Amino acid sequence: MPEKVLMKGNEALAEAAIMAGCRYFFGYPITPQTEVAMHMSKRMPKVGGVYLQAESEVAAINMVLGASAAGARAMTSSSSPGISLKSEGLSYIAGSDVPAVIANVQRAGPGLGGIQPSQADYFQATRAAGHGDFKMLVLAPSTVQEIIDLVADAFALGDEYRMPVMILSDGLLGQMMEPVVIDETKKINIPERPWAISGHENKRKHNVVNSLYIEPPDLEAILKARYEKYELIKKKEQRCEEYMTDDAEIVVVAYGASARISRSAVDAARKDGIKAGLIRLITLWPYPDDAIISRMATAKAFLCVEMSMGQMVDDVRLIVGGKRDVRFFGRTGGMIPTPAEVLREIKNIKGGF
Amino acid sequence: MKFERPHALTDAQFHYCPGCSHGIVHRLVAEAIDELGVEGRTAGVASVGCSVFAYNYFNCDMIQSPHGRAQAVATGIKRVHPENIVFTYQGDGDLAAIGTAETVHAATRGENITVIFINNAIYGMTGGQMAPTTLPGQITQTTPYGRSVKDAGHPIRVCEMLSTLDGVALAQRVSVDSVKNVKQAKNAIRKAFEYQIEGRGYTIVEVLSTCPTNWGLSIQDSLEWLRNNMMPYYPLGVYKDTGGKEAVK
Amino acid sequence: MSMNLLLAGFGGQGILFTGKVVAYAGMLDGKEISWLPSYGPEMRGGTANCSVCVSDSSIGSPLVTEPDVLIAMNLPSLEKFENAVVPNGLIIVDSSIVDEKVKRKDVRSIYLPATRLASDNGLKGMANMVMAGRLYKETKFCSESAFNEGIKKSIPARKQDLMEKNITAVKIGMENSD
Repeated sequence: MPEKVLMKGNEALAEAAIMAGCRYFFGYPITPQTEVAMHMSKRMPKVGGVYLQAESEVAAINMVLGASAAGARAMTSSSSPGISLKSEGLSYIAGSDVPAVIANVQRAGPGLGGIQPSQADYFQATRAAGHGDFKMLVLAPSTVQEIIDLVADAFALGDEYRMPVMILSDGLLGQMMEPVVIDETKKINIPERPWAISGHENKRKHNVVNSLYIEPPDLEAILKARYEKYELIKKKEQRCEEYMTDDAEIVVVAYGASARISRSAVDAARKDGIKAGLIRLITLWPYPDDAIISRMATAKAFLCVEMSMGQMVDDVRLIVGGKRDVRFFGRTGGMIPTPAEVLREIKNIKGGF
Repeated sequence: MKFERPHALTDAQFHYCPGCSHGIVHRLVAEAIDELGVEGRTAGVASVGCSVFAYNYFNCDMIQSPHGRAQAVATGIKRVHPENIVFTYQGDGDLAAIGTAETVHAATRGENITVIFINNAIYGMTGGQMAPTTLPGQITQTTPYGRSVKDAGHPIRVCEMLSTLDGVALAQRVSVDSVKNVKQAKNAIRKAFEYQIEGRGYTIVEVLSTCPTNWGLSIQDSLEWLRNNMMPYYPLGVYKDTGGKEAVK
Repeated sequence: MSMNLLLAGFGGQGILFTGKVVAYAGMLDGKEISWLPSYGPEMRGGTANCSVCVSDSSIGSPLVTEPDVLIAMNLPSLEKFENAVVPNGLIIVDSSIVDEKVKRKDVRSIYLPATRLASDNGLKGMANMVMAGRLYKETKFCSESAFNEGIKKSIPARKQDLMEKNITAVKIGMENSD
């Protein structure tokens, strides 16, 4: 059994990528993500990989496009303003059916915003990471250990579905240290990429990686096929963790850092005799619709807790369709909600029953 | 001698306008690939502009890049397959406007790739707007009174600029307006690929090119215009050649 | 068992390191732990603070806003965080740097001249470990062997020669009363 070590979320993210067989990292420094790049620059040369500090986030994501299209597991990471710059590349990666892993260690926005933790890039990640019709798998860890586990999943899912996968972290998870177990004996399976730009060696037709379809019927057909894949993903890949939801009248819905905080609030509410529970989202796209729907059996109200002005709450409202009360509590701008604040919201809702 | 289509070109028919230089330059690149016998280990990066469909025309593996990012994409490919030959094929808007940062940094890193740069002083695909290389006084759709350097600034001389960077192994400007110049262009492109195979660093061949459609000139007049206007502003020649030496990394 | 610890002081006083010692010690004792530093421009020369949670159950928020224990190694830190400490909580002040007294009456206050004690004993720059010793004596948040092992784990391999000095500093913190 490998021993536990203390690791920062950002370092764990980088190390997990290396363990997943990623040997190409292209980055650019930005707080609070920089430790990812630092760790990569230290480790990549030791595992025969490449760390390259790009001239911009724009260049970095396009280097990922090139490296991944060339057949290798590649990733980039940034924080909110830098992710905006990667929008273009994300759209091309999705449009070219190329796998890639992108980490966003979120900070507050808009603009330069702030450097403290935030979850205000939910819409960007799940709705509009770039132009055009496309989706990205979005995984939201809430502990440092889970960062490690989900990074491995991200690379595997990217390969399986040939699409971009985002790890949506934040400054809190990135900067904090927690005990983790790194199992280096774990076998990784990297599938072949017969479509890659690797040189045809006069043995096959030339491969083309491309997102341009100048004839509208062609493009429509490609997009429809891609959306069939997305439907399959929606069926197969929804993930969440439920906590004390069996009889919950008030179901808190949260992800990442705010889910940790909400869990403490749920514990406190239970002590006070309130039937509260928590759905902690692990996949943000696909959204775990099924869990929300099944919890409507006992829930009188849902409470979405986010470090934003309210973004994920829209998804719950869409799923619930007006049949249950859906409330929102958030702190934003780099402020972190406290368990006491969340508990107060739970009690407010309870008072209205 | 039999005049045949180079193997490195597919059978697809070019979509280029009559008198456009792209066809000739495509052929020269393909000939160089054939002569060096590297088609099976070459990756081409098509950019955004008239040459976007280059991925249909070259027989080697191809990828189409976002506008301006061809050299970042090429960097990614080359880092994964350092033994393979990677080239980008870019126009002046792609390389010297939206992709200036990617160009300068690929060059200064001494990224071991070959850049084929088509300079025709205009944005072709969008129908003839000002390019970073549009000449002073030149009329385009977005400089209807002629390019005013006071308002729009000066054209960029790419080879001169990049020749100051230590990572560059070869920076040469050529033209395909005459048989003699075509031969010279071919030699430059082949040399650039050879340098890459030898691992010498970043190589760029800038090709002064015609765009009769968007210049609003006949094919013959276009060639004259190129000689009389572009060549004086963008003199042909070798701006950097590390010769036998590897570019400083 | 649960301890929410906030360590605060100037950058360079070893605030983050001390937090790491506590975190490692808690982990080696089989407890759940989290460690969260303040980050950003304030790290560069200004104040530094660090939240550490040690608990038998899983940790929700790693950000300590209501500490059970506050270690204040400069005046701004005491002023900023004194009122955040829970009633009946503990405040340990480096009294060789902070002249002020804790104003609150509903908390336990300990004044330890850690910086002076460290330099008097040839352990300049190890006031943080003197404070750590006192923290351990007052809270016994983990076993003694886990605490010692936590110190060892926190010191990077190339600095293991400093182990002895760190242990000495911790002992001084444990043995000296205010």
